[in-house]
Amino acid sequence: MITIENLHKSFGKLKVLDGLNMSALGEGIFAVLGPNGSGKTTLIKCILGMVIPNSGSIKLNNEEIIGKWIYRKKISYMPQIANFPPNLRVVELIEMIKTLRPQQTKETELIKLFDLEDSLNKKLATLSGGTKQKVNIVLTFMFDSPIIILDEPTTGLDPLSLIELKKLIIAEKSKNKTIIITSHIMSFIEEISDEIVFLLEGNVSFNGTIESLKEETNEGNLEHAIANIIQKSND
Amino acid sequence: MIKILKYSFYDLMRSKWSYIYFFFYLFLGFVLLFLNNDLSKSIITLMNVIVVLTPLIGAIFGAMYHYNSKEFVELLLAQPLKRRTIFLGQFLGLSISLTLSLVAGLGIPFLSYGIFMSADIFDFISILIVGGVLTFIFTAISYNIALANEDKIKGIGFAILAWLFTAVIYDGLFLVSLVIFDEYPLEYFALGASVFNPIDLSRILIILKLDISALLGYTGAVLQNFFGTSVGMLITSIMLMLWMFIPLKMIVSKSKKKDF
Amino acid sequence: MKKNLSIFFLCFLFWQVSAQNIIVCDNCNFTNVSNAISNANTHDTIIVSKGLYKEHDIIIDKPLTLIGEEAIIDADFKGGCFNVIADSVSISGFTINNIKTSYTKDISGIYTFRISNFIFENNTFNNPFFAILIQKSENGIVRNNVINGNAKDEISSGNGIHLWHSNNVEIYGNTISQMRDGIYLEFVKNSNTYKNESRNHVRYGLHFMFSNSNSYQDNIFERNGAGVAVMFSKDIVMTNNIFQYNWGTASYGLLLKEIYDAEISNNTFIQNTIGINAEGSTRVNYFNNIFKSNGWATKITGGCYDNIFYNNDFLNNTFDISYQGRQNGNMFNGNYWSGYTGYDLDKNGVGDVPYRPVKLFSYVVNKTPETIILHRSLFIDIVNFSEKVSPIFTPKELQDFKPVLKRINK
Repeated sequence: MITIENLHKSFGKLKVLDGLNMSALGEGIFAVLGPNGSGKTTLIKCILGMVIPNSGSIKLNNEEIIGKWIYRKKISYMPQIANFPPNLRVVELIEMIKTLRPQQTKETELIKLFDLEDSLNKKLATLSGGTKQKVNIVLTFMFDSPIIILDEPTTGLDPLSLIELKKLIIAEKSKNKTIIITSHIMSFIEEISDEIVFLLEGNVSFNGTIESLKEETNEGNLEHAIANIIQKSND
Repeated sequence: MIKILKYSFYDLMRSKWSYIYFFFYLFLGFVLLFLNNDLSKSIITLMNVIVVLTPLIGAIFGAMYHYNSKEFVELLLAQPLKRRTIFLGQFLGLSISLTLSLVAGLGIPFLSYGIFMSADIFDFISILIVGGVLTFIFTAISYNIALANEDKIKGIGFAILAWLFTAVIYDGLFLVSLVIFDEYPLEYFALGASVFNPIDLSRILIILKLDISALLGYTGAVLQNFFGTSVGMLITSIMLMLWMFIPLKMIVSKSKKKDF
Repeated sequence: MKKNLSIFFLCFLFWQVSAQNIIVCDNCNFTNVSNAISNANTHDTIIVSKGLYKEHDIIIDKPLTLIGEEAIIDADFKGGCFNVIADSVSISGFTINNIKTSYTKDISGIYTFRISNFIFENNTFNNPFFAILIQKSENGIVRNNVINGNAKDEISSGNGIHLWHSNNVEIYGNTISQMRDGIYLEFVKNSNTYKNESRNHVRYGLHFMFSNSNSYQDNIFERNGAGVAVMFSKDIVMTNNIFQYNWGTASYGLLLKEIYDAEISNNTFIQNTIGINAEGSTRVNYFNNIFKSNGWATKITGGCYDNIFYNNDFLNNTFDISYQGRQNGNMFNGNYWSGYTGYDLDKNGVGDVPYRPVKLFSYVVNKTPETIILHRSLFIDIVNFSEKVSPIFTPKELQDFKPVLKRINK
């Protein structure tokens, strides 16, 4: 369960998060949406501890996490750009993450699922973008973490793998986990997420189910609903 | 930290740059020995090269590696690891692999020439040690520079500038001020000024053994007493260590505050 | 001729008959050396047995042979020891301790004045003011003595072996340490100094003043306050000596001052602040010397004419030459320079481009010694290189036009 209170972050003069509050995110799949520069990635990185907020608090199960590191044992994170150390082999990378994080894993299953057996002994530099993304997925889902954060997970995936990914996400959800996703693919969001957290200018401007969003904006389609919110804020 | 170190190290040991660096020193070693045909002479030339080149390579690689491993760092940052662990691990991985290229690249030609049989072995070893220390220092300095600058070109530029300043410009200013203030007792100034530049410090540490010991007599008591005794040796070594630890400390504190 | 021979035989017979051995010991007829001498006849031999003899200012006024057999004479800082004023005296095998220090008189372990045909050998001197002081004497031998001084500064100390206005003296095989000067030759002619070891002196290991036509060879001079000095002398031959570890602001392996027509060959100069410092030296030939790891191998200052350096090895000196003044006929040709970076395309063993042994930085260090700690800095290399390309400060013609590519002397 993640709670955020009054989170501020600016990069130089640019205010990215401006007193952001977010009521507890419990179990389920949460899509963090928002126009470019609305603070999605910053928010995620704050949760991960990669960006250090100027002020505010982030609590995980009622414990402050800013400046701590052990809590990350409970988080699996899938970064947006899958760029790995180019001289490592896939199998070495997996081994490395495993040694860095001594927890129960299920990578063999995932490797089979995404057809990566042949790529295991290749260097990461030689892999295609899609294959790298698959490796990225394996690295993320091989741990059994209560919180999963996925940053643009669909990038570069072929339809078959996309289906597998969705299945994976659903399966994880059924284990009562908190899953946070950002994506530009609205159909994907609509299909998979339970709740939407919509960010605008460094603050949460909407937080609720897709249905309530559609209701509020009188749009039948998620894409249009979102366009509607953005437009309203511009007026 | 050891784990990160290990992976950074393996990663680098497989990169072509390590090989280029290694083969460069291998080549340099053989060419020096072949051309000079004389160990002592080769060692003096070697010193000239080491004192200038290892900081340059350290500076460039330190910055470059930091920028190139950005994504890797982000991957690691999301793991349950302390930031200090990640950055020190990476730093050590890089500097150890650079030092290893240096030691192996020079060790092979000089060993095959029979350095172990000669009296120059201690000079040779001290050159390698100083080369290693300089690698560590300048890798750490440029790591700091890279941490402070998001822009890759700017970061590498500053790192090279830092090298240029310590390797050349500093000595120029140093020389000019010594000559201008000729009338005053300069010994303490000279001591202080050389202590504040790691390249000067390491250079002096080596040339003391190689070829200016006799000339120290000419400078009067202060320098002779400082550099001519084990106390001076100890102080210079401590200063070099400080030059290593301060940038390291800065890496740790900078990385703690930095956003990725 | 026949007459000469018969006189010789007569003398020999006389000596055979009259010369006798006198023994000095604790329970002999003579219990001290002075007594034995005053009761001895000319050409007697006095044998001093093992023991400690507290005596000083022993005057030897007749030809005698004194042999010490583990005898120690302790002057107890009350005066000198042997004062020799007769010809044909030999002193050997004594240990002579504790000579009085004086600021007005030259008090010595063995002192001679106006004598000839003397031999001083195998004696050991501990804490002497002067050890052997030879004045206005000739035809003598000083060999295999050991002199251990305790000199702290120039004013309160004397010299090891000091010759003044003397001729034809051979000084060899002596080991001298920690005096003011190890060996000092002043107004000395036709003498030879060889195979001595002279070290740790406050001033010079060997000091020549106004002494023409002498030679010294096969000596070792090391760790002396100021090295070896040869001054105001002509026709000195210096060969096969080793000058090493002479460090200091005014320290030299060899200091030449107002020297004419000398030869300096086959010597080795190692780790001296300055290998050779030449001042006002003319027509000196330097050849087959080795200069290794000195601060400056050679320093040529004013008033030097027609000095020629050839077949020398210059190895890893901080600076090969420091040079002041004009060319003045001084030449460096056909030496080996470890700093030479030229090439030899015609494979004749001689470099195809001349070597310029004077570096700009050498001038800077001369002027501001502290700058030495910038030696081998990249900046200095750049400065030296630009001076090499277009010389402004260094004499243009001062070059070795035939630099040899391999070491000449090993």
